[in-house]
Amino acid sequence: MSTAPEGLSVYEEVRSTPDFVELRHKFRSFVFPLTVAFLAWYLLYVVMSGFARDFMAIQLLGNINVALVFGLLQFVSTFAIAYFYARYAGAKLDPIAAKIREEVGE
Amino acid sequence: MSHQTLAILLFLLFVGATLVLTIRASRQTKDAADFYAGGRSFSAAQNGLAIGGDYMSAASFLGIAGIIALSGYDGFLYSIGFLVAWLVALLLVAELMRNSGKYTMADVLAFRMRPTPVRTAAGVSTIVVSIFYLLAQMVGAGALVALLFGLTSEAAKALTIVGVGILMIVYVVVGGMKGTTWVQIVKAVLLMGGATLITLLVLGKYGFNVSNLLGDAAAQSGKGDAFLEPGLKYGTDAQGVAGKLDLISLGLALVLGTAGLPHILIRFYTVPTARDARKSVLWGIGIIGVFYLLTLILGFGAAALVGSKKIAESNAAGNTAAPLLAERIGEIIFGSVGGTILLAFIAAVAFATILAVVAGLTLASSSSVAHDLYAHVIRKGDVTEREEVRVAKISAFVIGAVAIVLGIFAQRLNVAFLVALAFAVAASGNLPAIIYSLFWKRFNTAGAVAAIYGGLGSAVLLVFFSPVVSGKGVDASGKSLSLFPASVDFSWFPLENPGLVSIPLGFLFGYLGTILSKEHRESKYAEMEVRSLTGLGAEKATPH
Repeated sequence: MSTAPEGLSVYEEVRSTPDFVELRHKFRSFVFPLTVAFLAWYLLYVVMSGFARDFMAIQLLGNINVALVFGLLQFVSTFAIAYFYARYAGAKLDPIAAKIREEVGE
Repeated sequence: MSHQTLAILLFLLFVGATLVLTIRASRQTKDAADFYAGGRSFSAAQNGLAIGGDYMSAASFLGIAGIIALSGYDGFLYSIGFLVAWLVALLLVAELMRNSGKYTMADVLAFRMRPTPVRTAAGVSTIVVSIFYLLAQMVGAGALVALLFGLTSEAAKALTIVGVGILMIVYVVVGGMKGTTWVQIVKAVLLMGGATLITLLVLGKYGFNVSNLLGDAAAQSGKGDAFLEPGLKYGTDAQGVAGKLDLISLGLALVLGTAGLPHILIRFYTVPTARDARKSVLWGIGIIGVFYLLTLILGFGAAALVGSKKIAESNAAGNTAAPLLAERIGEIIFGSVGGTILLAFIAAVAFATILAVVAGLTLASSSSVAHDLYAHVIRKGDVTEREEVRVAKISAFVIGAVAIVLGIFAQRLNVAFLVALAFAVAASGNLPAIIYSLFWKRFNTAGAVAAIYGGLGSAVLLVFFSPVVSGKGVDASGKSLSLFPASVDFSWFPLENPGLVSIPLGFLFGYLGTILSKEHRESKYAEMEVRSLTGLGAEKATPH
């Protein structure tokens, strides 16, 4: 497919199909809130590392304190978000994108 | 055999193996897509390893283990920022970029804009970010050889920098993206293997009781429980509120910078589809996440078994913590020969680490010079693929030579801040432009140019007027803590990390540039949006 003017109209056509509108909605309604959530969760961690040191210093189990557990939870949440997004994209986004490509004949 | 000889032998083995892979790659490199994007034919797992190899720099491996060994918990803050950052790349950038771009970051930014100004801005930003990052690695290589081999003369350091520079030029010029990718894959496997081995030995020594290891680390550090809590390095109580804001500023740059680093972004082009780009980021997150968990044990292990005092005596920044730990744990478990072998292995891995990262940076910046500045800005697209690749190779030579000269010149300067600055520039200039391009219909040429130059300019200017460059005072030995001698002080910006101010500024510049310009580009946005989300019209892998 070229990017010549006649190619452009294909994109504009696709953009107004219900399939594409659904794909964009499913993509944005998943990734935008999730991005806000993980950035807020991360910033909470950083801000608390700076301003809530007494809380971060509480020892939970032996020498393992809140700061360490909070840090490790950032790892857990990162792995979990990556996994859930991949599953969501594979199940909900990829099939619609494939269908759109097929209909255009690519 | 001394550890030096063994380390050099192991390193030569790595160089030999990667050169063979590079030459093999050169035989399969026929067109521009091969040179710039490895023919887009790497698998998700291969690219995931290469992402790890491209990203886990000497600053990550030696630097973070060192910060943890000397300042305890605060090193972990770095790791977390570096890891969480990958979610920005995964959710917002990787797949859309793979679908709408071709070879460089600028392909996406210039997609629906007037190409000349946007490609110029993106090219400048790519080169600035890559050179900052490159310089930090080159100086690191010089310092590493001094630390590991006791070669402290300027000449030995300079020779190391020249050697590293020549090797990275060879990888890029001969092997292009395919060669560079293989170097990064081999390095990632070695680095993960080495870090896992040392970690298991350390944990084994403590009967896999992490709490005991932490207790020992706190005791040996001489700082007690504070060693296991945030605040010994960043935002110390002595620095007051400014120090704490600095910590947040650093955290922001780390988490938002990764998805704006050109040498990371071009990795998404090396796989056949957007789905593979997504999967390769998943692999990358797994590898990088595990790696930072390993460095946590390495850092605390070094504090516990080697002792913070001995590490600080060897290198004030703690960069030798991981190699010293390797030697110590080898000695404890296998005797002195074991210590020698492990030290040599980790030293060789550290050099391999540097080589893979500098090759990726050289490739990203020379691709941008050839594809953005030469082919599109100077020749307005009227250029053959052969010519373009030839210019890319010449650029790799020139950039490599510049990096060598600057690296030698910067040897005596404290350049550790350059990696953080590269992240800040990427987060302040590149990321706003990328996010607006992909998601904001109204965005236009003036907005893209304003975001890039505005974000880049504010990050660099704020650092220039920060304590990093002047006015931080002197350390115990009377050496200036800033880039400039202690007698000069023109600083007025209180934070060492500009991100807290420059990242919002980058987004603001992009917004204002857009709405103050009458240019409307909405019609082309349909193409970008459909293409980025569906993969319609995306570049295909080249069959071989």
